Amino acid sequence: MQKRKLKAWLYLLPALLFLGVFLVYPLIDVVVYSVEEGFTSVSQTYDGVGLGNYNTVLRDPDFLQALKNTVLLVAITVPLSTLLALFISLGLSSIKKLRNLFQTVYFLPYVTNTLAVGLVFMLLFDKTETTDGLINLFIRIFGGGAVDFIDGPYWAKMFVMCFYTVWVVLPFKVLILTSALASVDETYYKAARMDGTRKGRIFLRITLPMISPMIFYLVITGFIGAFKAYSDAVALFGTNLNAAGMNTLVGYVYDKLYSEGGGSPALASAAALILFAIVLTITCINLMISKKKVHY
Amino acid sequence: MKIRLENLTKKFPNRDKKQGDFVIAVNNFDFEIPDGKLVGLLGPSGCGKSTTLNLISGLEEPTEGKIFFGEDDVTQIPPESRGVGLVFQNYALYPHLTVQQNIMFPLQNLRGAEKLSKDEMKRRALEAAKLVQIDTLMERKPAELSGGQQQRVAIARALVKMPKVLLLDEPLSNLDARLRLQTREEIRRIQKATKITTIFVTHDQDEAMSISDLIVVMKDGVVHQIGKPQEVYDHPTNLFVATFLGTPSINVFNARVQEEQLYIGKEAVLKTPGIADSNVIAAIRPEGFLLDREGPFTLQLDRVEVMGRDTSVVCGHEASMSDVIRAIVRTDSVVDEDKDTVRFTLIPSKVHLFDPATEEDLPFTL
Repeated sequence: MQKRKLKAWLYLLPALLFLGVFLVYPLIDVVVYSVEEGFTSVSQTYDGVGLGNYNTVLRDPDFLQALKNTVLLVAITVPLSTLLALFISLGLSSIKKLRNLFQTVYFLPYVTNTLAVGLVFMLLFDKTETTDGLINLFIRIFGGGAVDFIDGPYWAKMFVMCFYTVWVVLPFKVLILTSALASVDETYYKAARMDGTRKGRIFLRITLPMISPMIFYLVITGFIGAFKAYSDAVALFGTNLNAAGMNTLVGYVYDKLYSEGGGSPALASAAALILFAIVLTITCINLMISKKKVHY
Repeated sequence: MKIRLENLTKKFPNRDKKQGDFVIAVNNFDFEIPDGKLVGLLGPSGCGKSTTLNLISGLEEPTEGKIFFGEDDVTQIPPESRGVGLVFQNYALYPHLTVQQNIMFPLQNLRGAEKLSKDEMKRRALEAAKLVQIDTLMERKPAELSGGQQQRVAIARALVKMPKVLLLDEPLSNLDARLRLQTREEIRRIQKATKITTIFVTHDQDEAMSISDLIVVMKDGVVHQIGKPQEVYDHPTNLFVATFLGTPSINVFNARVQEEQLYIGKEAVLKTPGIADSNVIAAIRPEGFLLDREGPFTLQLDRVEVMGRDTSVVCGHEASMSDVIRAIVRTDSVVDEDKDTVRFTLIPSKVHLFDPATEEDLPFTL
């Protein structure tokens, strides 16, 4: 018995070692850092233990701006991209000709590099001294005034950010939802037809419940993914996100870690834990709603 | 409601164009199903049974021909307006809805003048559920029901709109052997209680024979025979019908008729008045053999299988077209298993002769 236990631990050792060193220890360390007030990375000393770091972070205008940006981004892009993906997949599953071609086209953004896409978006939307950018050209044609999307008003920048995020996350969602739709047994639709069920009702009462586990999966991963947004903002607005007013929570954590003078790991840890708390809360709410609405 | 099919034909485009442009699933069906009967569409897999059902339900459109319900031509009428209830082979119960919601689903689709109040819907759902005896399971989800119960829910859902015609696609194929027996009685009972003209599809001749008022035997999109089960069994119009009906299946021999005597091998085994001299195919039901030490028909004895209710004598013969010959005899009859041969007398009504070229029945006077 003793020998068998030893064996089990031996087999588990590699995984435990790596998880311990690279996941558990850092996690604990983050919590420890976050409560060490007045920590300086140069001398590795701190003044005392308390919630002062949280206090500082929550009062930091940069943090509040990042929080606002992130929440807006999540609130707009998650429902929008999921709905759009649903419409596109419904469209894709109702056509027969060129279906594979369209599926490939819709999937292309998924295999494209984020930074490259960000650059293309910047070129599309950017307004410089020499050019207004392609999008502004179109706005002009339809009689609007040129807007500086990259370095202009907040709503314009937010618009680009959301547009970009939706565009990037769409292909994966379309892929998941088209396969979910294809997996719904054809006889359900036949049965519904026999009963003279209208199209809208078929969609709401049959299709939607049948693919609800997949939609739920996309919403949860969508929330988590959007809360973790950072590289997209960098690709669009450059590395000085605080100056552009377009920082995200992860961006804020990053900035705090690597700001001038060795950064402030304590503040970064506090911010990271706040982000963790938000994501955890939202995921729990999602799970609670899903128990009622998702049919497995 | 009487159903009449007139020159009904359904062709599907062939996927493999080398085998022709079309597959004919249903070929020129022309028959009438009387009102209030339970009819079994019987045939081997791929014979067009389910297509026929889909045509009657309206899920498929015929290539040619017409369908009449009573005197009304319904060929162009969409499925929901035909007054047809269809039970699918896999039941197609909505897994996320309770039994009650499943049964009420068709009622909730009604609009305009037909629209029902919620209480009325519930009342009708309960009525349908009571008919199939699942009224105690109304709050369950399909996954919490047994196969037989799911089947009943599917029937209740098909019945709740009080259809004029009830169609069942392979209703028993997803059930285990014991439930199958029980459920087929149940279908018979429900049909008797509602008096709705009911058509069910099956490839199991036992099933079709046992509960149908009328069976339609099909093969390769062609109707071979229509009639009461016993009639079809006793008087098959061709070799296919004879071999398809009956378990154990009928024993088939290469034979010939000479001077109004049936010869199998060298032995004259039966008088067959009215048949001209020719080669024939002789088919003998297992129960058509009578053990008789002096009998004219000698078979090589292989083994004796005791079934309890009766005894099966397994034999061989050089002229036999099947691997083994099975004769069903009474349990009290004595077969000497040490002998190499066994002799039988044949019961004339259990012997059928067919033309070897057309495989059509050659009737002889008994």
